[in-house]
Amino acid sequence: MPRPFTPKVVTANALMSGEVVYLSADDQWTPRLTEAEVLTDEAHAQLRLVEASARQSEIVGVYLADMAPTDTGPEPVHFREEFRRTGPSNYAHGKQVDL
Amino acid sequence: MYTYSDFDAAFVAERNRQFRQQVERRIDGSLTEDEFKPFRLMNGLYLQLHAYMLRVAIPYGTLRSEQMEMLAHLAETYDKGYGHFTTRQNIQYNWPELGDIPNMLDDLAKVEMHAIQTSGNTIRNVTADHFAGAAADEVADPRPVAEMIRQWSTDHPEFQALPRKFKIAVTGAQADRAVIRAHDIGLRLHEQNGELGAEVIVGGGLGRTPMIGKTIAEWVSLEDLPAYLESVVSVWNLLGRRDNKYKSRIKITVHEHGIDDIRARVADRYELVRPAYNGAHMDLFHQIAAQFGSPAFRNVPTDAYGAAYKADPVFRSWADTNLSAHKVDGYAIVQISLKAHGETPGDASAEQMRAMARIARDYGHDELRISHEQNVVLPHVHTSDLPAVHDILKAHGLATANIGLISDIIACPGMDYCALATARSIPIAQEIATRFDELKLEHEIGELKIKISGCINACGHHHVGHIGILGLDRAGVENYQVTLGGDHTETLALGDRTGPGFSAEEIVPAMERIVDTYLAHRDGPEETFLQAYRRLGMDPFKTALYGEQPSKRTKAA
Ligand code: SF4
Repeated sequence: MPRPFTPKVVTANALMSGEVVYLSADDQWTPRLTEAEVLTDEAHAQLRLVEASARQSEIVGVYLADMAPTDTGPEPVHFREEFRRTGPSNYAHGKQVDL
Repeated sequence: MYTYSDFDAAFVAERNRQFRQQVERRIDGSLTEDEFKPFRLMNGLYLQLHAYMLRVAIPYGTLRSEQMEMLAHLAETYDKGYGHFTTRQNIQYNWPELGDIPNMLDDLAKVEMHAIQTSGNTIRNVTADHFAGAAADEVADPRPVAEMIRQWSTDHPEFQALPRKFKIAVTGAQADRAVIRAHDIGLRLHEQNGELGAEVIVGGGLGRTPMIGKTIAEWVSLEDLPAYLESVVSVWNLLGRRDNKYKSRIKITVHEHGIDDIRARVADRYELVRPAYNGAHMDLFHQIAAQFGSPAFRNVPTDAYGAAYKADPVFRSWADTNLSAHKVDGYAIVQISLKAHGETPGDASAEQMRAMARIARDYGHDELRISHEQNVVLPHVHTSDLPAVHDILKAHGLATANIGLISDIIACPGMDYCALATARSIPIAQEIATRFDELKLEHEIGELKIKISGCINACGHHHVGHIGILGLDRAGVENYQVTLGGDHTETLALGDRTGPGFSAEEIVPAMERIVDTYLAHRDGPEETFLQAYRRLGMDPFKTALYGEQPSKRTKAA
């Protein structure tokens, strides 16, 4: 039996600012994980990744990150993505300032 | 101190001009990221977890005050008001924007600094003893040799696409403060029959497969040194494993072929390389060396120091902990701790950088050093000026008296910033320092170095910490492996693993149990943690960490 597919979001860093961004369902790059499109189908996720990768003038380092869908939006499965969506733990210098 | 020649200045300006165009072409879409990435790495620009990171070289850890002021300017103008000093005598800016990088590099060039070869498979920033030119135990100042190597290795056409990165460290003293046996090449300057030369050590390194460097030549004269270094790098350049990045460093090449085989190959290569060095390099070396003369030391009374030492216990504690012996009577080497309890190891704010620059200008013959232990050094301060220096440091949160103590922790950026990390290191360092400050135990514990890395790459030197901590990802949870008995000095040793790792919540109590065991078993305050560990072995520490027997403090709590 194939393993069940872990839902994903498309994430990257913004080309100019370097900020962590997520791809929304309406093809916008958003700094908020809550606004990201949750991809529950593997083939669709791959397609969204290919589309996103073509947007070279907007982002850098694009990839699919594992998420657990919840009522309030996707939640990171791994702590690395938790830090990426929040910012560093030693200073309030990351997204935690604005979000 | 070395100042750029016209050649240096023109070279850096040209590189900056090229990189500015490369950035513009990336932004306007003519370059893809795949095309741009090698260019940005050549210029020290990384993509990290939350943002870009610019790594700026501080060659052999030496700075003038105007350079430190420029680092402050960059922190304030293009970053979030601070910079992070690393274990390789670099400074990292964690939040620059892509469009600002060319301006940052131009600003750096104004004070003869750059970010070239701080990344990529090249010869990286050459590091040196942070007490260079000042230490009482110094045979020769390592900086002229380090500067010669910097010039030789910068943009060296043969060494721009090496199997992997290559790191060189130089010391000219008896004590090793540059961890030379943990570098691809380590050099120890010493004299033979009155002539200065270097012991050449190869194949050291930490990371996934830690190795202690081996001596390939007991003594190579200064005149022969560049050709010899070129031969070593060139032998590895051909032999080094490009098929497997975990086996590509020279330590693996030396390990697989054996030091005798490598020595013979280097000797063959040397015969070919040496004739190309026709003596012009020595003219250059003498020009470089002439720029590293001693400052005009003052010979004035030291009474002010004695009076403050007697009268002020805070000053006394700082002086006892943060000063080291200088080669000139009446002078001291000052270490400024960037490890205030609970703060991020190695971070300095723009305001702190300016304060340190001002002290260097007013009281320190305009010289500053960055240590691989992530502290700042004022190499030449007359002891009569120490009370004034201490006052200024205090006013800027820079007077923490903890050099060499348990809270003087090396910590790499870890998963708070680094894209390669498997766990965080900074919060662990902050918690340990805060806890032992609360216990008011650190002066009683004495010399004890904790070093923390956030992944197997070991930028935090955990293998050579008296206590080493390695952050790993165990099934999606941060887990911290502990080693004991590492040694970063001339008696370099790798620590031994205690056993299974600890969670983030368990790691501080684990440190307490280790320290309690040491305090309970030591022969007296004069027996350091490392000495006690060497005498006692792992057993009592293992029992304290994993055994049924809870330690005294846990019982009392
Ligand atoms: S040791 Fe690992 S986590 Fe720490 S800075 Fe180096 S690569 Fe990053």
